Amino acid sequence: MSVLVVVEHDRGQIAQASLEAFAFAGGIAAQLGVKVDALLIGADALDLADECAAHGAATMHHVPDAAVTDYGPDAYGAAVAAAVGVLSPSAVVASGSDRGNEVLAYAAADLDLPFVANCLEVKTADDWEMTRVQWGGSLNEEARLTSPMPIVSSAPHSVEVGEPISGATAVVNTLDVSLPESLLATMIHDRIVLTEGVTLATAPVVIGGGRGVGSAEGFDVLEALAAKLGGVVGCSRAVTNNGWRPHSDQVGQTGTRIAPQLYIACGISGAIQHWVGAKAAKKILAINIDPAANMVVKADYAIIGDLFEVLPAITNG
Amino acid sequence: MRVLVCVKRVPAPGAKINITDDGQAVDATNLGHTMSPHEECALELAVQLVEVHGGESHVLTLGTAEAEEQCRWAASIGTTKATLVDAGSMDWDPQRTARALTESIRSIEEADGTFDVMIFGNESADTGGFQVGMRVSRALGRPMVNAIKGVDIADGVLEARRETDDGFEVYKLPMPCAIGVKEGITWPRYPTMRGRLASKKLAVDVVSSDATPGGQTKVRLNRPEEKMSETIILGEGPEAAVKAVELLKELGLWSEGVAS
Repeated sequence: MSVLVVVEHDRGQIAQASLEAFAFAGGIAAQLGVKVDALLIGADALDLADECAAHGAATMHHVPDAAVTDYGPDAYGAAVAAAVGVLSPSAVVASGSDRGNEVLAYAAADLDLPFVANCLEVKTADDWEMTRVQWGGSLNEEARLTSPMPIVSSAPHSVEVGEPISGATAVVNTLDVSLPESLLATMIHDRIVLTEGVTLATAPVVIGGGRGVGSAEGFDVLEALAAKLGGVVGCSRAVTNNGWRPHSDQVGQTGTRIAPQLYIACGISGAIQHWVGAKAAKKILAINIDPAANMVVKADYAIIGDLFEVLPAITNG
Repeated sequence: MRVLVCVKRVPAPGAKINITDDGQAVDATNLGHTMSPHEECALELAVQLVEVHGGESHVLTLGTAEAEEQCRWAASIGTTKATLVDAGSMDWDPQRTARALTESIRSIEEADGTFDVMIFGNESADTGGFQVGMRVSRALGRPMVNAIKGVDIADGVLEARRETDDGFEVYKLPMPCAIGVKEGITWPRYPTMRGRLASKKLAVDVVSSDATPGGQTKVRLNRPEEKMSETIILGEGPEAAVKAVELLKELGLWSEGVAS
């Protein structure tokens, strides 16, 4: 028996989110006294065997279908459901990313089993007791799961990725699973690349602007500091609602969840919808004229002042 | 073109979300209600698709009888049909919700024809189960992709774009199909006076369901522990920039050589 981790990868590159899933699965496996195995889908996934082993996988179950050359919810979801049928794992785990939740929802639907998304903690028993995220992280739900084979995803940024075990090698087990061609219809057809280099999700430092920035042009001072630090500019929902920045820059419950080394929040009041997208930052520095602003109160550091004076002063060192 | 949009009535919280004393729900006293932000955009998309391609849009919701308010809101934006599955409470688990919606869609389609596109929010703002749309789509045997922020339809194929770190992934779905969309895919319009009048006349079809519960049960809600440490005030005004630079250096985020 094992806890089976559905590994998310992009054409052979493992997703950081999956490393979190391994750490999360490790906790469940320890409670159950079983091992962690990995499920890799697609021919180009095989190269990830050792990386999965380094993060705790004992056996790499591989669905090698040559036609699965990229991600697609149908192919992945059906592969998970089929693998469950062959392997009868104790539980199935993935990261609560776009893909992770999508694939587990698909597999759970086909297996007619419950799926509990974005869990923070699991206590295994006859019925599992879980703590999961509601309201994008503003509230926690204690839930009970009654299922012969629990299917759960881990809330993004909620588990520390373990140190890789050096020299670990996984045993590869090729699964005899054939996927009907019709399932390839939803495979990624094309990609549009808009940004090269660091992005909101990967930047070591994010400079966020809120209503206090006042206009689209007001973001120039944020851009200047971002350029100086090799960071990226983000914004609150108030900003996108005003049309000052594109929605792709939005940090929050309905935007991007960031986890940089430092988040510099400028002129942001700290509404709950924004906070839940920013709180995974290692450190937060708030710059605000209002010392009572929610963002200032919750931040690690704060500067009380006008962002149009403070930011250029930082940029100029 | 026939378009279905599924929405959920949720409280509209302010700066803080309070919980009822019994821990079972968000304390909605003094709060208004809305639909999840992803779904406001889903609704706008449904109306736009019908404006461009012709046809009819239908709003479907499951919840308390009060969710009629969200059906009327949808009509004020431009949908012309509405079905409310009266669940009596907001507490149906994802499997039960999906079973009831599937059943309801089957009976709507029996009467009015297949939906070319079913649009769901990526996840609800409150419970965030990330699965109801996919369960319904699987039950109805239609392809679905989630987390969509761009759509085009031509020649019976729906092109759906999912935002990634660096751009978009493009999917092509044969219709009929379903998508789960995210906020930002459209700019929701405000209702016009004409829309508001039309919404008053809308006949909301209220139906019941005997869908069986699934395996996930809510025990209680609680507030996550927040950091208790005091905020370190580095200073006031531009003079505090020195401290900020020190902090950046300490975190290894400052490089002298880079030109501003």
